[in-house]
Amino acid sequence: MTTNSLTTSQGAGRAGDKVFSGAAMAAGCLILAVLFGVALFLVVQAIPALTAPAADIQGGHGFFAYIAPIVVGTLIAAVIALVIATPVAIGVALFISHYAPRRLAAGLGYVVDLLAAIPSVVYGAWGAAFLAKEISPAYDWLATYLGWIPIFEGPASATGKTILTAGIVLSVMVLPIITSLSREIFLQTPKLHEEAALALGATRWEMIKMAVLPFGRPGIISAIMLGLGRALGETMAVALVLSSGVLTASLIQSGNQTIAAEIALNFPEASGLKVNTLIAAGLVLFVITLGVNMIARWIITRHKEFSGAN
Amino acid sequence: MSKRIDVKDLNVYYGNFLAVEDVNINIQAKSVTAFIGPSGCGKSTFLRTLNRMHEVLPGARVEGEVLLDGDNLYGPGVDPVTVRTQVGMVFQRPNPFPTMSIRDNVLAGVKLNNKKISKGAADALVEKSLVGANLWNEVKDRLDKPGSGLSGGQQQRLCIARAIAVEPQVILMDEPCSALDPISTLAVEDLINELKDQYTVVIVTHNMQQAARVSDKTAFFNIAGTGKPGKLIEFADTTSIFNNPSQKATEDYVSGRFG
Repeated sequence: MTTNSLTTSQGAGRAGDKVFSGAAMAAGCLILAVLFGVALFLVVQAIPALTAPAADIQGGHGFFAYIAPIVVGTLIAAVIALVIATPVAIGVALFISHYAPRRLAAGLGYVVDLLAAIPSVVYGAWGAAFLAKEISPAYDWLATYLGWIPIFEGPASATGKTILTAGIVLSVMVLPIITSLSREIFLQTPKLHEEAALALGATRWEMIKMAVLPFGRPGIISAIMLGLGRALGETMAVALVLSSGVLTASLIQSGNQTIAAEIALNFPEASGLKVNTLIAAGLVLFVITLGVNMIARWIITRHKEFSGAN
Repeated sequence: MSKRIDVKDLNVYYGNFLAVEDVNINIQAKSVTAFIGPSGCGKSTFLRTLNRMHEVLPGARVEGEVLLDGDNLYGPGVDPVTVRTQVGMVFQRPNPFPTMSIRDNVLAGVKLNNKKISKGAADALVEKSLVGANLWNEVKDRLDKPGSGLSGGQQQRLCIARAIAVEPQVILMDEPCSALDPISTLAVEDLINELKDQYTVVIVTHNMQQAARVSDKTAFFNIAGTGKPGKLIEFADTTSIFNNPSQKATEDYVSGRFG
């Protein structure tokens, strides 16, 4: 009987391979298991709230009437944060990667990263004790001169503890996330593409539009989505800054609430069906975040053909 | 649509390091000039000083003059952006913009400086440039597909089309065929032969047969040793560089005795 000499393998080298692939697989499965566990917990705990008679839910008009205003409030706060933070973050990232002298760039990058190291409760305290007070004259001005726009309708909050202030605090908090990710992406732009643009007679800004931003587009979107994730889920800063209330169109009056802050403020004293209601609110937040990430992924893959990866 | 280049006493530095020393050369309009020499002898560095692309590297600077039909590229108040619209460049590795279609790649340089161009004029320019780069027949049915989907040789010709679309006076080519297979190389060499009817072409190449095939004049650069500056050793008609060089170093190099 002949044996194929190629079938005998060298045992020692393969063992390490198996251990590594096993460890990698275990890590991958663990993350799925944790995610599934959290989702399962949320769904099971939320069912009583979702099936309870409308009158038993806080507010007395059922779960949907309870959750809808705070979903809108959450989205408003997150959108304000991103609208402010995104252009600033991309500008700072471009400055660090393509304009600033090398030494200044390193220092500035470090300072921006430090912003991410500040605990959110500190941001909350700063927003409530300092920013809200300082910014309320600006709200008065907005109410006086731009009050005809519904989102700036007066009278402005005297304390300045509004959803707009919360959004501004959130924008400072997501700024370092978007900045440092975008900066890393911009630095990775292939020299070849930058030189191609410059050799055609592009100015520096035209080179950035032609080579750097298109190359960095998927990375920028990912960075924004990570920032959005933080803005949607941020609890402490919003809980401290926002003087919450019913859903209000005006951004400069007190009112509105976000899901995360609603849960944090009410959970300690909640019992019975109220706990289930808050967990159901958490489930809604989970679904929103998941949806946002899936949309981001779809946007990134939509232009795969032109991504430069091929 | 082509200008001559006269270089006077040019030194190129990276910081304090003298990379290329004392180059004097006169490049005729509507001709192909090849730069040959061993690796690290400064020929690519020198080529980049002809459209100020060396300035992309921090610390790079030059002394001396580069005259484009008498106008000094390094004169006071000269904007490198303007220089580069006059002196185009094709790089070693094909570098079409990956996020742009073939058509947009060709138009990339034309749309700079917020210039507006009508769709009809753009279509005509795309066709003219791609015909000029011998690429039209291969891509005319897929102008909206990404440029990065083409083969390496096609990508390089797309880059040449992009360079000639802005109608420069001079086209610099930095080892344009070194990443290409022989058939694509032949296509690009044929193209270089046609380009010299309209443009001044300067090409850096490691391939001496290529220099012999495509160029009218050849410049041989050499370096005395690592850490020493590169120098222009000999500049003459291509036939005399390859058949009857006046310098010993040139003869050694072209006959393959070193380098």
